[in-house]
Amino acid sequence: MGPTVLPLADAVAQHVADGDTVALEGFTHLIPFAAGQEIIRQGRTDLTLVRMTPDLVYDQMIGMGCARKLVFSYGGNPGVGSLHRFRDAVENGWPAPLELEEHSHAGMAKAYTAGAARLPFGVLRGYAGTDLTGHPDSVAAIECPFTGEKLTAVRAVNPDVSIIHAQQADKHGNVMLWGLSGVQKEAVLAAQRAIVTVEETVEELEPRPHAVVLPSWVITAISVVPNGSWPSYADGYSVRDNDFYAEWDTIARDRDAFTAWMREHVLEAKEVARS
Amino acid sequence: MSPGTQQQLEAATGEETMTICAAREVRDGQVLLVGVGPPNAAANLARRLHAPNAVLVYESGAIAAKPVRLPLSIGDDDLAATADELVSVPEMFDYWVGAGRIDVGFLGAAQLDRFANINTTVIGPYDHPKVRLPGAGGAPEIAAASREVIVLLRQSKRSFVDKLDFRTSVGYGDGDDDRSKLGFRGAGPQVVITDLGILRPDPDDHELTLVAVHPGVEVDDVREATGWDLRVSETLDVTAPASEDELRTLRELRARAGER
Repeated sequence: MGPTVLPLADAVAQHVADGDTVALEGFTHLIPFAAGQEIIRQGRTDLTLVRMTPDLVYDQMIGMGCARKLVFSYGGNPGVGSLHRFRDAVENGWPAPLELEEHSHAGMAKAYTAGAARLPFGVLRGYAGTDLTGHPDSVAAIECPFTGEKLTAVRAVNPDVSIIHAQQADKHGNVMLWGLSGVQKEAVLAAQRAIVTVEETVEELEPRPHAVVLPSWVITAISVVPNGSWPSYADGYSVRDNDFYAEWDTIARDRDAFTAWMREHVLEAKEVARS
Repeated sequence: MSPGTQQQLEAATGEETMTICAAREVRDGQVLLVGVGPPNAAANLARRLHAPNAVLVYESGAIAAKPVRLPLSIGDDDLAATADELVSVPEMFDYWVGAGRIDVGFLGAAQLDRFANINTTVIGPYDHPKVRLPGAGGAPEIAAASREVIVLLRQSKRSFVDKLDFRTSVGYGDGDDDRSKLGFRGAGPQVVITDLGILRPDPDDHELTLVAVHPGVEVDDVREATGWDLRVSETLDVTAPASEDELRTLRELRARAGER
């Protein structure tokens, strides 16, 4: 059975609930910002947010009070500095305390691949000798049954819902993304439900290099949201808005400036205004 | 040293000297894992100077990227467009970083200790941090599995500490042969380059030893900027001054990055 094509507001209303474990993936590229902002507009709370690089999208969601817990591996503004809303939540509990479960990128990637494979854990040669081992519910030392080598097990992550942004969907509901593909395939296959926002719909997908194709029957809902990954980018459709990533540092540094920006650009903006 | 060179030196900032020294460590043809900030500038500088065949790998999945301008993030569109191959993040950490296919991993740090262990997680107690830093990213596995590691950071009592607030990535652990006990395949940090000088691990116990100061820097300046009793090599060098070519190329790279 294929996905339903519906407006983003309906997709979020139907498939993202308070208290859910939610993964919005896209590693610097194809970050589903529009979907994150729709979740904010609908006032979802108590979410466990999963994402390798929280980036500006989770800075916004954390600052607007959507999150109870964050599972992540790098919480910075790449090339710019801090994620100030993330920092304020961790350092001062504003607007709410934020529980953390943190990994390395390799550990997060393993948690997603294990989740996609429906295995209980992933294995890596990592974490040894570091303080990242302090999460006994999600990280454990194990021994290889064949060689006796000491390795690290990372518990699988299986989000209630994963959300990604892709370039195209076809009329059958198959989805294609290309360029830096991050961990999106794993995030979708690890989840119970998957929402995909796309730049556009086409009659048929045309094969291209570095493409990841997700068949219709692993996707729950598709919404057409052109430029839905701004200020990150969609290869072939847009370039990364590096200036905005730098501006965000000023906007997010101050609680009032942040709140005002979110009110003007997210709460009072309509999703359709983007297209 | 000619007076002309001397003048160039005064023009180079500590951070520029740090970046140029890091670029000099790169040998032509090496495979480099590059992160944001000074490492990114150093690797791209090396490719434009003495190491045109250095292969740049970005953890975002770009293998053999040939960026025209200095990328702001590790996922800039320019990297994807110029790469020989793009791989997913799980593949990057499994088959390329984890398997030991990186010659040189560049890392930055907020705090570093005498055995080149790195903290990029928190300043202060973990549960009530004074400063919450970004966290691990790719660093722990880059530090463990790359054949060599080059660490770049500004040196001060705040960054060169006796005890890390959090050990995010391992240099030499508690010294001696800790790395092999931990099962790491890579050799560990071969050099730590700061805005004041260059440190290398002692061949036996792996404690960092100051082996060179940058021009105009005194050993006491470096001791003053170190949070432990610093070991200094008996044959202390002075870093070769930044050449006109090195400085000009670095500044052009950075200017081009600011154009967009």
